[in-house]
Amino acid sequence: MSVVEHGLPGHLVAFVGALRRHGVAVGPGETIDAARVLGALDLVHREHLREGLAAALLRRSGQRQAFDTLFDLYWPAALGAGSGEVEVPRIDDADDGPVDVDALRDVLAELLRDGDTEALEELARAVVDALGRAGGVGTGIRGLAGQPTWSAYQSLRMLSPETLLAQILADLRGPDVPEGSFAEEVLRREIRDRIAVFRKMITDEVRRRTAELRGRDQVARSAVPKQIEQVEFLSAHAEQLAQLRRTVQPLARRLASRLAVRRKHAKRGEIDMRRTLRRSMSTGGVPMRPAYRTRRPGRPELVILCDVSGSVAGFSHFTLLLVQALREQFSKVRVFAFVERADEVTHLFAPGAELSGVMQRVLREADLVAFDGHSDYGGSLGGFAEQWGGAITSRTSLLILGDGRTNYRDPNLTVLRRLVGVARHAHWLNPEPRRQWGSGDSAALRYADVLPMHECRTAAQLAAVVEALLPV
Amino acid sequence: MQFVNLPQAPLFGSVAEVGQRLAEVGYLASTAVATTVFLADRLGKPLLVEGPAGVGKTELAKAVAAATESGLVRLQCYEGIDEARALYEWNHAKQLLRITAGQGRESWDETRDDVFSEEFLLPRPLLTAIRRTEPTVLLVDEIDKADVEVEGLLLEVLSDFQVTVPEMGTVTAARRPFAVLTSNSTRELSEALKRRCLFLHLDFPDADLERRIVLARVPELAEQLVDALVRTVRVLRGLELRKAPSVAETIDWGRTLLALGLDTLDDDAVRATLGVVLKHQSDAVKAAAELRLN
Repeated sequence: MSVVEHGLPGHLVAFVGALRRHGVAVGPGETIDAARVLGALDLVHREHLREGLAAALLRRSGQRQAFDTLFDLYWPAALGAGSGEVEVPRIDDADDGPVDVDALRDVLAELLRDGDTEALEELARAVVDALGRAGGVGTGIRGLAGQPTWSAYQSLRMLSPETLLAQILADLRGPDVPEGSFAEEVLRREIRDRIAVFRKMITDEVRRRTAELRGRDQVARSAVPKQIEQVEFLSAHAEQLAQLRRTVQPLARRLASRLAVRRKHAKRGEIDMRRTLRRSMSTGGVPMRPAYRTRRPGRPELVILCDVSGSVAGFSHFTLLLVQALREQFSKVRVFAFVERADEVTHLFAPGAELSGVMQRVLREADLVAFDGHSDYGGSLGGFAEQWGGAITSRTSLLILGDGRTNYRDPNLTVLRRLVGVARHAHWLNPEPRRQWGSGDSAALRYADVLPMHECRTAAQLAAVVEALLPV
Repeated sequence: MQFVNLPQAPLFGSVAEVGQRLAEVGYLASTAVATTVFLADRLGKPLLVEGPAGVGKTELAKAVAAATESGLVRLQCYEGIDEARALYEWNHAKQLLRITAGQGRESWDETRDDVFSEEFLLPRPLLTAIRRTEPTVLLVDEIDKADVEVEGLLLEVLSDFQVTVPEMGTVTAARRPFAVLTSNSTRELSEALKRRCLFLHLDFPDADLERRIVLARVPELAEQLVDALVRTVRVLRGLELRKAPSVAETIDWGRTLLALGLDTLDDDAVRATLGVVLKHQSDAVKAAAELRLN
C-alpha cells in the first residue's frame, strides 16, 4: 500500500481523483465540501462518512455504484483478514488446513436462511481469506511462492451458493406454504436476492484484499463497475442489460421534457412575410401588425428496421424500448425485425404490452430465419422492400438498427438507396465503435455512404443521438 | 467560493440526534437521510433530495420543520412559475393609491422613494423565508417542474441566502433557513444549482426500516402481516415494472387489507388487492404471471 502523503486531505484528494477517472465529475468546490464533511462528522461511524461524502461529491444517482466501490477501496472497513466471529471449517480442524467445503456450504446455507447480513459479511471475509491462503480440499489453489491469491471466481465456484437455493427453500417453506403458490414464489425470489448479495460481498472482499496486495490505484483502475449509461451495449451482460432497461422510462421522460422546452423556444418569433404584407394593406402599406408563423409540431411516422440477431439484440431491445416510451412523439410506429429475413413485429409492441421479455417473443413468433440464423442484411432489405415497401412514404422517418455485419453477403445497397430516397429522413444507429466500422465482414462504411450512420455504443450516446433526431 | 457563516447555533448535535428527533415526529430516517440532514445543517448548505415518487421527499422537509420547531415556508414549483410568484412583487394597486393620495402635496422625489419601500412589497415564499427571524425550513418542492430560468433565481438565494430587490437593495437573511429542494428528476437540473446543494438520493428503504415505517403509519396491522407485505413489495420491486411500488403504496396496501379485514396475505388476498400497489395494467399482468398468481 502506498504511503499517503499530506495525511487525511491528501487521501481525500486521491479518492476524488479516482472518482474523476471513473467519470464522476467532481469540482474543487465539491472537494472542499467533502473536506468540511470530514471535519463535521465523527469518523468512527464509517456509514456516516460514506453517506456524507456521497452527499457532497455526487450529483446524480447513477454514480452511486462506482462511488460505493471506490469508497470501499479507499476507506476500507478493516485491514488484512480482520477479526471475525465466524470460523471457517477446516479439514481435521487444523488451524491452517484446507477448507472443508461441504461443512462450509452448510454454514452458508444456515446464514442465508436466517438472512443474517452481518454474519454473512464476516463469513465472506473469512472465506476469501481461508481459500486464498489454504485452498479447499483437493483443489490446490494456493498462491505461488507463499503469496496468497484472492479470486472471486474460485471462491464462488467452490461454494456455488446458487445450488443451495432448493435446500434453503425447503427449510424455510414449512407446512403451511403449499408448493407452487404465490408465497413460495416470493420466498424463492427473496432467497435468490440474498444469494446475489452474498456473491457481491465476496467480490467486494476480493477486491479489497487484492488492493492491499497490489496497490489500490491499480485495482481502482480495472475493477470498478462502470456507470450504467457508460456500459457498452455489445459487451454488457444480462444483469447490466436489465439494469439498463430500468433506466428507459426516466430517460424517455427527460428527453420528452427537453424536447418540450426546445419546441417552446422554437415557436417564438418567426415572421410570416406574406401574411404581414397582406395585413399591411389595410394600414396603407405600413406593417403595423406583424403576423407570426405558426408551427404545427410535425409528428412523423416512424419505421424501425432492427437486427435482432444475438450479437446486437441487447442494443436493439434497449433502443426499441426507448422508442416505445417516446411513442407520443410519433403519429405511428411500425417495427420490423430481421435476422436472415424481415418480418413485421409491430403487434408485439402495442401500447401497454409487456416489453421486458419482448425480444424472446420476437425471435419465437416472427419468421426471421431461413437457413443458418446468421444475419443477412442484403436479403432482409430486399425482402422488406418487396413485401412492405409501401410502409415507407414521404412522411416516414426510417430508422435502421444494427452493426452492419453482413457475414460477407451482398449488402444490397441499391434497395437501401431506394428506400432512403423515398423516406423523409433515414438514419442508421450502430452499436459498434466507429473504428471497427468496415473491418472484417462489416459493411457499415458502405451503408454510411447511403445514409447518415451514428455510433451508439452506450445508453448515453444513444440518448444524445435520439434527442438530436427527434422532430422539433 | 463563498460560504455563509452566520453565527447561528446548529439545529442538531449529532447524526444520532437527527435520527432520534425525526423519529419523535414520526419520520423514520435511514443513515443516509440522518447524515445528510445533519451535514446540511452544519455546513449551511441547501439539501437537494431526488428520488422516485412516494418515498417521502416532501415529508422529510415537513419532519425537519416539526422536529426543530421551525416554520415551514413552501414554494411549490410548476411549469411557468416566475419571479413574481417565487420571490416578490410590487403591490401596484397600492402604489397607485399612494400616488393619488399624495398628489399636489409632495414632490416627485419624495413620492418615488416612498412608493418603493417595504410597505408596498409583496413577499413571496423565497423572500419570506429569507426575512424571517424565527427558525425556518424552506421547501422548494418539485424544482424539476419549474423552467430552467427559475433555477437562476434560486442561485442567489441558495448560495448567499440573500435576495436583491433593485429598488431597495439587497436583503440578507437574518437567520439562515434550512433549505430543502425536491426533484423527481423529470429533467436534469443545472450543474450550477446542483453544486450549491448537498445531494441526497432517497431510494426505497431497506426491509427493516420499511417494516417500521408501515407499523408506525398503520399501527393496527399485525406484525406478521406487515412482514409479509414488505417482503412481497420488495419482490415486486425486483421485477421489471413500469412503476415500482414505493413506500406510500406499501402503506396503502396495509390500510386496504385492514379495511377488508384480511389478516393473511395469501393468493386470494393478493389477487384481490394487487391493484393498490401496481398502477399499470401491464404491471399487474406481469406480476401475476411471474409470481404464479393464476
